[in-house]
Amino acid sequence: MPADIYFNVAIGGLLTGLVYGLMALGLSVIFGVVRVVNFAHGEMMTIAMYLAVVLFASFHLDPLLMLLPIAAVLFCAGYLLQMTLINPFISRPEHSQFMLMVAVALIIVNCLLMIFGPDAQAVQTSYSFDSFAVGPLIIDATKLYAGIASILVAAVLFAFFKFAPYGKAIRACADNYTGALVVGLDVKHLYALAFGLGTACVGAAGAIIVLIVDVTPPLGPAYTLLAFVIVITGGLGSMPGALLGGVLIGLTEAMAGLFFTPSAKSMFAFGILVLVLLFRPQGIMGRRLT
Amino acid sequence: MSEPRNVTLHRRHLLAGAAALGATVTAPAIVRAQGAALKVGVLLPRSGAQAGIGQDCFRGVELANPIFKGLGLPELQIMNADTETNVDVARARAEKLIADGAQLLVGAFDSGQSSAIAQVAEQKGIPFVINIAAAPPITEQGYKFVFRNFPTAPMILGDAFNNQKEVFEVGGSAPKTVVFLHVNDTFGMAMKNGLSAMMPKFNMPYEIKETISYDPTARDLSVEVAKAKATGADALLVVSRLNDAILMTRELVKQRWSPQAILSMGPGWYEDQYLKTLGKLGDGPLSFVPWYDPNKKVSKQLEAALGKKFPGINMNTNHVYTFEALMVAADAYKRAKSADPKALADAIRTTNITDNVSTGPGISFNAKGQNDKLKNSVIQNRGGKLVTVAPKGATNAKVEWPMKPYDKRA
Repeated sequence: MPADIYFNVAIGGLLTGLVYGLMALGLSVIFGVVRVVNFAHGEMMTIAMYLAVVLFASFHLDPLLMLLPIAAVLFCAGYLLQMTLINPFISRPEHSQFMLMVAVALIIVNCLLMIFGPDAQAVQTSYSFDSFAVGPLIIDATKLYAGIASILVAAVLFAFFKFAPYGKAIRACADNYTGALVVGLDVKHLYALAFGLGTACVGAAGAIIVLIVDVTPPLGPAYTLLAFVIVITGGLGSMPGALLGGVLIGLTEAMAGLFFTPSAKSMFAFGILVLVLLFRPQGIMGRRLT
Repeated sequence: MSEPRNVTLHRRHLLAGAAALGATVTAPAIVRAQGAALKVGVLLPRSGAQAGIGQDCFRGVELANPIFKGLGLPELQIMNADTETNVDVARARAEKLIADGAQLLVGAFDSGQSSAIAQVAEQKGIPFVINIAAAPPITEQGYKFVFRNFPTAPMILGDAFNNQKEVFEVGGSAPKTVVFLHVNDTFGMAMKNGLSAMMPKFNMPYEIKETISYDPTARDLSVEVAKAKATGADALLVVSRLNDAILMTRELVKQRWSPQAILSMGPGWYEDQYLKTLGKLGDGPLSFVPWYDPNKKVSKQLEAALGKKFPGINMNTNHVYTFEALMVAADAYKRAKSADPKALADAIRTTNITDNVSTGPGISFNAKGQNDKLKNSVIQNRGGKLVTVAPKGATNAKVEWPMKPYDKRA
């Protein structure tokens, strides 16, 4: 096989992995702060994807331009969900939280099925079939834009947690719940804010990924599972870990498809997960629990 | 309050009661045999990865009863079930349909799902007429209640090889190498195995440089297409479904690879959704598939009815073979004069419909329950429409060969 094929596939995997990473980042933020495992994560992303499809079909609005409004809608939905439904479950046993989120996921999938039907829906922009030729390399334009958008959104999120007062307060809640209460932080509001940020993140990822993948309601569970694989690989609760995990899984799937058989590429992603669980259970960038 | 009555039970009363009970029990069967519509459970993948095709098949169901009326066939009472593109769901839905009173089953587009339904039908003794499914083992199990009016994978392949040679001859050249991309579901694997076994016997002008399989629910086929392109093959040989056919075309355009031809031996490339989604980029692929004879009377009726009810939809395999499966059911019910499953199965076994739609002499079944007289056609996408380019004598256009490169299209 010519050498350029390896680079082409690797670049494609890297760019897809960045979008995966952004999606998993939302899950990591929610778990890292609220300590609730969001089993409806992929389903929330499909909501964002459908929003992008509807906006494009109705008004010809490019999903990349609609990224912020869609993220804002998902933020509000996440904030309200946390305040009304999830907050009462915070102190309940984990299995109750799991069942709650699984129920939310099932409701979302079925509502989407009722509204949009089972057909795959896509956004076909003017650049959907474009690619850039750089010497022997051919780079998919859509994936390139998606990858760049993912990096920008992730950078904004990192900056928020590093520099913004609310970001610091959320981190304080995540680090020491009792301490946050003692110093007078409104933990309930901050939890809702963190959950909203997580869903906004997955909303942005949905608006981006709809450029690459056609959306169907049953897509949600598949992406929830993928997000789990990524955050566990990268380190549960670690934001850089989620991004790194996404890139690693994207690259692994692409290269496994090239070197072995494409139908087995998911197997290799799960193989990475098993190796991480065996040799570094806290994930690549996760902190070891004492 | 009424007073309690003293009732003496006589032998005469018992006899009358038994007679009345007997009449009540047997009456529905008599009524059913004399005019009630046959309850047909139609199982199709109307959600999940094959939703588009399942819904397309259902158009054939919606057109059936009005046309049957004109042909003197009895009306059918359709009971719908969605298999959700899932073998286990297909099995469960078949059981439920039978429990709900279905007297005959039709479905299920996919070989894996049809195999599961066939097991249920055979176990319960309810006739099952397969509309579309090509995996050979389904009719090799010695089933007594399973019938298939659709070619098996070897039949499709045999016809495809012969028709390919005809197309190459008319086109004036043949690819020397091809790369074979296929889904790894039951149908895809059956076609792959059949291809390996049968190709040497047909002395094809090309060799297969590489075989690449992929998951039917794949969301991205960039790696698969990159790998195929890297082989440097002249043409693409594919066995796919609808969503993957669209994904593959997008990748061909993005990766700037225009093969000499796309030779499809399965669904996907001729579907309306494919044509509408891709516009001009959807032109060119050749599908070597079970099709319909446009000159048959019922074909014209079905085409007209489809055009009226679903404007803008091209008639295709999905409509034709789903319609014909129901036609087999209605014809058997008419001849059996009963909804008894065994009588229906016996009637299906002796089916001889010549006034039909599909290419070939008509519908009849061999001892295994397979219609082995079906023939394939070659369809090419041209300007959002489908034209028949082979076999000789059943064409309405000349093949456009080689396929116009993607970058040369407006």
